[in-house]
Amino acid sequence: MDFALTPEQHQLQNSVARFGREYGDFAAWRRMVAAGHAFDTGNWRHMAELGWLGIAIPERDGGLGGTPVDTMVVMEGIGCSLALEPFVSSCVLAPALLAGAPVAVRETLLPGIAAGEVFVTLAQAEPNGRFDLSHVETIAVPHGGGHVLTGIKSHVMDGATADWFVVPARTRGEMDDTDGITLFLVAADAAGLVRENMRGPDHRHNARLTLDGVAATALLGSLHDGLAVLERAVDAAIAARLAEAVGAMDALRDMTLDYLKTRQQFGVAIGSFQALQHRMVDISTACEEARSMTYQAVLSLSLPRLARRRAISAAKARVGQTGMFVGHQAVQLHGGIGTSDELAVSHYLKRLLMIDLSFGNADHHRALFTLAEDSLALEMAA
Amino acid sequence: MNLDFTPDELQFRDEARAFFAANVSEGLRARVRTGTRLEPAEYIQWQKTLAGHGWAAPTWPAEHGGTGWSPTQYYIFESESARADAPQQYHQGLELIGPIIFTYGTPEQREKYLPSIRSSDHWWAQGYSEPGAGSDLASLKTRAIRDGDHYVVTGQKIWTSYAQVATHMFCLVRTDTTVRKQAGISLLLIDMKSLGIRVRPILTLDERHHVNEVFLDEVRVPVADLLGEEGKGWSYGKVLLDRERGIACASGLRLGQYVRVVKDCARGVRVGRKSLLDTAIFRDKLAQIEIEMVALEYMGLRTLADAVAGLDSGPRASMLKIRWSELLQRITELWVEATGYDAANFALIGSNQGEPLSGNMPHPVMSYLHARVTTIYGGSNEIQRNVIARRSLGL
Repeated sequence: MDFALTPEQHQLQNSVARFGREYGDFAAWRRMVAAGHAFDTGNWRHMAELGWLGIAIPERDGGLGGTPVDTMVVMEGIGCSLALEPFVSSCVLAPALLAGAPVAVRETLLPGIAAGEVFVTLAQAEPNGRFDLSHVETIAVPHGGGHVLTGIKSHVMDGATADWFVVPARTRGEMDDTDGITLFLVAADAAGLVRENMRGPDHRHNARLTLDGVAATALLGSLHDGLAVLERAVDAAIAARLAEAVGAMDALRDMTLDYLKTRQQFGVAIGSFQALQHRMVDISTACEEARSMTYQAVLSLSLPRLARRRAISAAKARVGQTGMFVGHQAVQLHGGIGTSDELAVSHYLKRLLMIDLSFGNADHHRALFTLAEDSLALEMAA
Repeated sequence: MNLDFTPDELQFRDEARAFFAANVSEGLRARVRTGTRLEPAEYIQWQKTLAGHGWAAPTWPAEHGGTGWSPTQYYIFESESARADAPQQYHQGLELIGPIIFTYGTPEQREKYLPSIRSSDHWWAQGYSEPGAGSDLASLKTRAIRDGDHYVVTGQKIWTSYAQVATHMFCLVRTDTTVRKQAGISLLLIDMKSLGIRVRPILTLDERHHVNEVFLDEVRVPVADLLGEEGKGWSYGKVLLDRERGIACASGLRLGQYVRVVKDCARGVRVGRKSLLDTAIFRDKLAQIEIEMVALEYMGLRTLADAVAGLDSGPRASMLKIRWSELLQRITELWVEATGYDAANFALIGSNQGEPLSGNMPHPVMSYLHARVTTIYGGSNEIQRNVIARRSLGL
């Protein structure tokens, strides 16, 4: 048992930290979002040059074949600097979704993703499905040797800038069946696809897709059997998101502690007041909990399905909760200035709000945790 | 980063698992499983069982008769113990004074006291708190005045757990009133049979007698039973800080025992056609606690890994104490909630006295009430927060 990073991972961590110092300037970030950009394309290019975009891509597909811990190290840095680059969707989620894709598709997309030239994301959420991955109403019907897709994908993370979508669609069964879900690759410029772009409170550029008889470019993996791959890929993405949350939470903690030591009221630093000291301790404890949960989640990705579900959902629930706590308390302890747009604090809060939402919020994952916990208990008893 | 045990550790796990399977009697297991608090005689018996296997002191170095285990082995031992519904060892001799004796004691003191702690032939009580010295422990007033080869001790201790059965008490006393308050404190090892000691029980909110007032009236304590140096008593507690990490980590494991008890209870409670455990609101509250226990477990494991690697864990041991005690309170609150109207039936009156009560009463309510102390003892959670704010956050 060991929670230490390898020397290579330490090196990566240093280079991520250096990147954050050089390119993670908050004033530049504000100018970038004010100009309506989805993210900083210059930063993205640098990340590609450093090899980071290929960390979660196997070597045979032009990536570095790294581990979830490597991804975690990068994502902490991204969370710390509020970076909006679509790393989770294009570089973690997409490669996992493409794991079972035909060689031709992998050869076309994965090296491009690693080079930062191709953007792929998942179009999963539907209007009536809330956070349920198995709720798929979008229909795929055979047509001319392939499939055409019809349905609505209501929230597509980083969807505004994606070139390709991985779209789960129903090839048989009813809308909540776990069987009968198939993953398709759809080009962003395919005929019959309407994309409405919108940005989140965290300035991430997402999209809503309406598909009306859209021809899929390829079927990924096996017919009817896409849910297991989808769940695995989403779990890898969740682990990465949690690391982003930890980076954001630690940054907020440090800013808030610094503020408590410098802000003077009643002739003293406000950090001399016990009510605020105790709140600050609770913030630090929340950060420790979130980090512990994130390690737990990252190390669980290779476990069997139920154990992985329990671990990932426990972590997603708790990091969501502790993240919101830290976000709210950081604003509170900063007082009026904490509510202003020009200070980073409020932007971290909005990022943490969106992280809790992504891939299902804390309540959703508490419910999934319960199901997994009870199933595991039955297995043990049997 | 990995969560794997080494082959040696796996082998040790199997050994511990087999030991607990063979040595926890059904009766003892049932008492732990129903959340019943053990009597001193049961603690002593369990300690003797462990001692018979050479496992009396799992956190002590081998040279002092301990097992000499690594923190990971200790963790495995504790997790197998919790898994088998074995009791926890009583800690005041083993964890609170034993390590101070083997770190700062004379060879004579080690020889005199350590074997009896391991065998539990001595039962140690902690004489720290006083009526006027709770969170502000260093303001304690119990006086020890040197008189030849003895100290003459006069004063009062309070909240002294199991003083009614203790053979010895380790006691913080004031030997010098002229210096800074921490610098005037010494640590004495006092035989409870000494003349001038009077123990008065305090009934606590769970209607049990665990704690006491201890009055000391010119008690003569041989100078040979001064631990370490005069005036250094306050500083010896520091040796415990590092050790607390492993213990804080292990105590989280015991929460799982309580959760099993609460689940069993809720499973047996009917709500119409369903069991209470299958109702969404109750199950959801329990799930929230179980999730926070996962976080506690991994905070503990990280702390443990730091201890193995000789790294500083910062304030994590204090954080573990805060989170563990908060969770224990919530679990026991949920236990009471699960019992429903049974919670009102604390005891039978009249001719049925001694018959069993439904819902395993009064244990749920007693455990709940007793758990209120966990956020107070060992440095209240507010004091823990003060400590973290000062030492780790620099506030």
